[in-house]
Amino acid sequence: MTAAAQLIDATKKYGTVEALKGVSLDIGLGEVVAMLGPNGAGKTTSISLLLGLRKPTSGKALLFGLKPDDLNARSRVGVMLQESGIPSMLKVREIVDLFRSYYARPMARDRAIAMAGLEEKANALVKELSGGQRQRLYFALAVCGDPEVLFLDEPTVGMDVEGRRSFIARIAEFAQMGRTVVLTTHYLEEADQLAQRVIVIDRGLVIADASPQEIKSKVAGKRVRFTAVALSEQDLDGLPITSSTISDHSVQLLTNQPEAVLRELFRRGIEISNLELSGADLEDAFISLTTHKATD
Amino acid sequence: MAVMTVRRAPIGPMLALQTRAEFLKLWRVPAFSITSLFLPVMFYAFIGIGQSSQVISPHVTFGAYFLASMAVYAVANVMIFSFGISVATERGMKMDVLMRATPMPPFIYLLSKCITAVVFAALTLVVLFPFAYIAGAVRLDAAVWATLGYRVLLGSIPFIALGFAIGYLSGPNSAVAVINLIYLPTAFASGLFFPKQMLPSFIQSIAPYLPLHFFGQLGWDAIGAPTDGTVTTDWLYLVGYGVLFFAVAVWAYRREESRKFS
Repeated sequence: MTAAAQLIDATKKYGTVEALKGVSLDIGLGEVVAMLGPNGAGKTTSISLLLGLRKPTSGKALLFGLKPDDLNARSRVGVMLQESGIPSMLKVREIVDLFRSYYARPMARDRAIAMAGLEEKANALVKELSGGQRQRLYFALAVCGDPEVLFLDEPTVGMDVEGRRSFIARIAEFAQMGRTVVLTTHYLEEADQLAQRVIVIDRGLVIADASPQEIKSKVAGKRVRFTAVALSEQDLDGLPITSSTISDHSVQLLTNQPEAVLRELFRRGIEISNLELSGADLEDAFISLTTHKATD
Repeated sequence: MAVMTVRRAPIGPMLALQTRAEFLKLWRVPAFSITSLFLPVMFYAFIGIGQSSQVISPHVTFGAYFLASMAVYAVANVMIFSFGISVATERGMKMDVLMRATPMPPFIYLLSKCITAVVFAALTLVVLFPFAYIAGAVRLDAAVWATLGYRVLLGSIPFIALGFAIGYLSGPNSAVAVINLIYLPTAFASGLFFPKQMLPSFIQSIAPYLPLHFFGQLGWDAIGAPTDGTVTTDWLYLVGYGVLFFAVAVWAYRREESRKFS
């Protein structure tokens, strides 16, 4: 497998903040990879290093074996970034043509616009677009060069559920052309729908790198909270939980089988009150992943 | 390793499309396009026309003299504003970050902005010259019109570097204010609106060192008005200022690079 993008023991410090603490990863041509992690985990920093927008403090970043700011490497890459602007006084078709001119063998303008679902807006000025349309325009700009590798940094951020779903379908359409896609996301669900491989990043480190199925099986889906007097760790022995936190009388458990956990607690005669059951968010998922890592 | 079969896009069409985009970006902002094209004409209408035929030195009418002043003002204005404000705004909107991640070489971006600025500057002359001819009844030899035209376009180049430096040194919201604070007073002090003799004496004492003063002299000399020193020294000073502004611009650009992309 040819490496499309590599980080080799890369670290990145912004002043005293250590955004990446030694990350190595190897993304092969044709892979569809999701980088998953909470805000501030180091996903955007990783992408920035791979694109040559930032330089690693130590270690290396390579694109097609070249330095990422090499234009020969960049000519094979399309990019969608968080928080980047485009000229508001250009029309959609004009800016797509402009970005097409940066690449040797771009796709036809209308095709790029259609892939982003912006046919109706081809003659509109950028400033007339809604937030979601603007996001799709960024996608058109990222794919219009017909790149081998597509980098998408939080492409669905700020979209509603429906918008996210159709956007994911557009990315999948591009990936089906045999291209490499690297995207960052907050949502395990998105990673699951798109990627064959999920790289979980937390606090500047890769804490998991596996298929979405494997990640899902490690991640707790539900959070069970309750109050119990005089509960000890031994009382929880043998329960199907991925992590537990006990402070004073309040207990928090993460599990994929909340029913089984509760049944067993009741069977053991443990008095509980204030029971609360909720879906675990990504933060919880990471807690359980990190504890897995520690106990493995 | 796979065999590298990288194709880079041809530079020519890229430059053409980038220049077109830069031009349209400015053209479609009336606050810029209308102001740069018609403000000089308006000044000319208010100040120049009334006393256009008045002879201020042998063979030179005030109409011709003020035409040279406004040509210099208009062109330097375009250079500083188009560059300064567009660079500052685009930095503010983080457009440079996305551009940076594309395979477009950075010099294309800068070159396209320079070309756009020169084209815009030429357009201001296309509006101003006929206006002075018709409304101000300015009559000059064809060679004199041509000399004035090429001198003001060539002499405006140092001001591109100044605009660029301001664009990188000031924020998107402060760029307009910074430019107005620098540009308008120096335009007055350099005698582009009123003869220097009418200005306060302390301004008169610094005026001969201002870049716009040398630029103005090139214009006035072109239409036959007497100036201090020679055309050669005017050019040399402008080249000197050009080098200085360019050095500041490069420094500011590098400073930004090391903050944003390191």
